[in-house]
Amino acid sequence: MKYVDEYRNASVARRLVAEIARVTTRPWAIMEVCGGQTHTLVKQGIDESLPDGVRLIHGPGCPVCVTPLEQVDKALAIAARPDVIFTSYGDMLRVPGSSTDLLALKARGADVRIVYSPLDAVRLAAANRDRQVVFFAIGFETTAPANAMAVWQARQLGLTNFSVLVSHVLVPPAMTAILDSPANQVQAFLAAGHVCAVMGWTEYEPIAARYHVPIVVTGFEPLDLLEGILMAIRQLEEGRAEVENQYARAVRREGNRAAQETVFRVFDVGDRTWRGIGPIPGSGYRLKPEFETFDAEARFDVGEIHVLEHPACIAGEILQGTRTPLECTAYGTLCSPQRPLGAPMVSSEGTCAAFHAAGRGLVSAAQPLLQVAPLPGGSPTVGTATGATR
Amino acid sequence: MCLGIPGKVVEIRDDGPLRMGRVDFGGVRKEACLAYTPEVGLGDYVVVHVGFAISRVDEEEALRTLEMLEMMGDLVQQELATMGPGMDAPAVADDAALHGPAVAPGASS
Repeated sequence: MKYVDEYRNASVARRLVAEIARVTTRPWAIMEVCGGQTHTLVKQGIDESLPDGVRLIHGPGCPVCVTPLEQVDKALAIAARPDVIFTSYGDMLRVPGSSTDLLALKARGADVRIVYSPLDAVRLAAANRDRQVVFFAIGFETTAPANAMAVWQARQLGLTNFSVLVSHVLVPPAMTAILDSPANQVQAFLAAGHVCAVMGWTEYEPIAARYHVPIVVTGFEPLDLLEGILMAIRQLEEGRAEVENQYARAVRREGNRAAQETVFRVFDVGDRTWRGIGPIPGSGYRLKPEFETFDAEARFDVGEIHVLEHPACIAGEILQGTRTPLECTAYGTLCSPQRPLGAPMVSSEGTCAAFHAAGRGLVSAAQPLLQVAPLPGGSPTVGTATGATR
Repeated sequence: MCLGIPGKVVEIRDDGPLRMGRVDFGGVRKEACLAYTPEVGLGDYVVVHVGFAISRVDEEEALRTLEMLEMMGDLVQQELATMGPGMDAPAVADDAALHGPAVAPGASS
């Protein structure tokens, strides 16, 4: 595929790794914010190919992972109603709420449907005027233009049976929350390329200046990531703290103006609670008052829901990068992609799932007894074996 | 859901309420909303996210990045070639290192 394959060239990758080693003189900690980048970094072993002391901290940029359990429970409460067609991106279906998940609910007869684009949900509402169609509008700045357009179109079409359950989060406030934390170890960021394709990078300039952290807007292919890491380390080594753009083929400084216009016609910036992290002021979108009729939470009066996370799960520390999945007692035993305890194991973009898919920390534990070999692209059967003890 | 993929615009429809089109991802064709990329024409590449094109892929920038990556690779090779028997070699070379077979630096990389 054009613009994909050429950024996966192994020999160029090896030379980039050598260049990173050449310019590095001391230990550095760099956070990649986006879960999609985490997945590639771990899958391709890029994090392990870096010089000793250069550490990648995997950030909170997985929208499925940071959607609060309460919000999942609200989705489940709405989806269980007989008059509702509940629509969602596929990744949310397996996310466990406190008692069940959307897929299980669907198996029990609820009308839950996966949509590829939120416009599909709008079409569904137009075709089923006697049913309530609800769309689970989650994501970072990348999905906001699509979700906003769905609401805008629903209003243009005069649909009274369409609403959205909003759980939108924003990257820059999460970055400053991490930098403000006393436990922070992050010295530079790889900013998520597609978030910046929408929003541009002007929001990051004051962050780089105020906290003196290099921020490199980075793409998603292995060579993009390696070049982003190299650019970040060069800045760190030279004492610079600027916003640089590695992903120039898709990102411009001002972002996508047309997309931003629609986003801010429909959404206001508001406070949001991040699963595992807690409330962060001004870190998400909510519907503007004039679009309140499209707010599923108001329409279905789901009320306040309070739930407790599993006590063994350290998702919060994982999402903030202060601990890795290998330091979690539940990782690979109580918690696996088949039976996830916490959000970072649910989504393939989550750090725990990325580690598990790459077989990190799983093979050696099983080998003496079972002689399990790592499956290509999969994980050994450790998770299911221990899962039986539950 | 966060995965954005670059694809080639193979069809554009401006007749409806929104600019729509079809995008080819290495043989797989998908419907996409082009409302946010009014500048895009047939044959252009776009990054598509949840059914929406959010950015046009700039061919010149893409080529420049690739050329730079490849060129930088060459520079690394040249640099490594000037480094002698490798960075792990002892500061004071012993006889074996001096008379042993030459090790091509970076051969393993």
